[in-house]
Amino acid sequence: MSVPATSTSVASTPAATPFLPKLARIVAAEQFTPKEKWFRVVPHDGRPLAHPPMSFVQVSVFGVGEAPISVCSSPTREQAFELCVRAVGSVTNAMHQLGVGDTLGIRGPFGNGFDPSAHKGKDFLFVAGGLGLAPARSLIQYVLDRRQDYGKVTILVGARTPGDLLFQGDIQEWVSRPDVQTLVTVDRPAEGWKGNVGVITTLFKKIKINPAATLAVIIGPPIMFKYAVLEALSCGIPENRCICSLERRMKCGLGWCGHCQIRGTYVCKEGPVFTYEQVKRLREGI
Amino acid sequence: MLPRVLSKKGFKGFVGALMSRNSVAGPVAKENKFVFQELDRADDLRMDYPIALMSPKKYFMPQYEALLRYKLGDAVQLEPPPAPTRPQVVLGAHPCDMASTWLLDAVFADGPGDPAYLGRRERAAVIGLDCNKPCDECAFCLDMGSLPRRDGADLFLTDLGDRYFVEILSPRGKELLDGATREAHPAASADFAARQEVEDQKAKSFRHKLPFDVKYLPEILDESYDSLIWEAIGRRCFSCGSCNIICPTCYCFDVQERVALSLKEGERMRVWDSCQLVDFAEVAGGENFRQRRADRLRHRFFRKGKYILEDFGRMGCVGCGRCDRVCVAKISSVETYNQIAGSR
Repeated sequence: MSVPATSTSVASTPAATPFLPKLARIVAAEQFTPKEKWFRVVPHDGRPLAHPPMSFVQVSVFGVGEAPISVCSSPTREQAFELCVRAVGSVTNAMHQLGVGDTLGIRGPFGNGFDPSAHKGKDFLFVAGGLGLAPARSLIQYVLDRRQDYGKVTILVGARTPGDLLFQGDIQEWVSRPDVQTLVTVDRPAEGWKGNVGVITTLFKKIKINPAATLAVIIGPPIMFKYAVLEALSCGIPENRCICSLERRMKCGLGWCGHCQIRGTYVCKEGPVFTYEQVKRLREGI
Repeated sequence: MLPRVLSKKGFKGFVGALMSRNSVAGPVAKENKFVFQELDRADDLRMDYPIALMSPKKYFMPQYEALLRYKLGDAVQLEPPPAPTRPQVVLGAHPCDMASTWLLDAVFADGPGDPAYLGRRERAAVIGLDCNKPCDECAFCLDMGSLPRRDGADLFLTDLGDRYFVEILSPRGKELLDGATREAHPAASADFAARQEVEDQKAKSFRHKLPFDVKYLPEILDESYDSLIWEAIGRRCFSCGSCNIICPTCYCFDVQERVALSLKEGERMRVWDSCQLVDFAEVAGGENFRQRRADRLRHRFFRKGKYILEDFGRMGCVGCGRCDRVCVAKISSVETYNQIAGSR
């Protein structure tokens, strides 16, 4: 007697494996800095990613591996989506060898992301340090594309040196827009740099915000997050309106592999976007 | 479905019939221990085993498993891994191993569901076997509530000496039993009495190892979060990960690429992983959010006693005691739970 096919004890098997990526083509690429490269990607099936801002995808370089990467473009923009990748591991270094016409695998979008439509009429304060500008940009683009839906928009950008500044074209556009206040600072100036010098928190002195109406979106390295949240709280913004995105090394994106877990929280499903009110309870979070 | 009884002789025939059509895995002796292994001969089966070194988890979530296959070239071709075709019977799983299987079923049915795991589970029949006495000093299944569990089993056997008491727990179990033997007769009142005798003996021989009801464990753990106890125990831990690898409920994994020497094709593998290894929570930027041994050790205990319970409504620890048996530093779950409870 062989085992009958039916089972009462186990959920029925889904048809498609969630580990199978979709193929996608790189349609544009630019080396931002020696360490960071930007890609515009279109899925082979032509269907938009339909991602919320500040979500992520699992990017495959076949023969090398898979890594979680923030989507740095807004879902309000065409069918393509964009990635900004720092070469730090095997997958990201392999991505730096790729260019227009090359194939990537994409799974996702994953993560809760951030739903800006739930915050219409609010002011936005973006505080983005280093590569944190990549996930922040997906929301900045969204808010700017629906500018009339939102109040005052302030963008603070920090980098180690002028050469490390990412999305310089975007930053120039934001600086030139009258309906956005954009301030940029670098930790160490280079020759010819006329802008602000100092860590990103020094920019808080130069802005005016209405704490009762402002959402602070703070994304950067853990040390920056800590001090920037302190500044935002000093401005009077409540804990539950300080928004951050946490970096973790998700292997699956599906709440199984365990690598992104902070205490009981799977960052890939319940994050990567959290309020400071949530993060402070996670303890191992930052 | 009413229970049956099957003589030991009849059981041999039953196993033989199962083996003729299926891959049958069961407990066999290996050196001075027991392991679950695909049976070559029905005589190798050791239904008197106390506990297997590892649970049957490996049949549902293999240590190495292809998630997808691809061919490289001008156009990348992707294919899901081929599904295994031969049906499987896991024979002789004890209650702790069924409790852990139940948990993994819930885990991999969550979200989009994992067709690889669920497919293997769907094709596998589980025949459970009751523990008439504790396997050894390490087990604390009674405390963790897994001793009476029958979850996920299609049939459940109790050894009554010269015969098995057979509980039929699913239509598939009935089909399997009826298809493989004609010697399973309806249980008579003497059989029920003998079954009850086993229960009475169990109630005398299984002893509680924890000084509190397990429902308080999440709360007790919570209160211990900032205690130096974790630092103290963490000092002894070698972060070798044996506790994870041996655990029937651990399901964390790594994903690794395996490329053929030709460089023309490859596989993406899911591989068992351990949250005790130093780089488990390390991220690309170099930050490591559980760099300290004590933090990783605490994380494991909290997963087993709190986080998994919160997510799936059943304890992440089934009390099998395997982690205690393999720990080279002799760190004991039972002693740890006792220590944190005693420190309140």
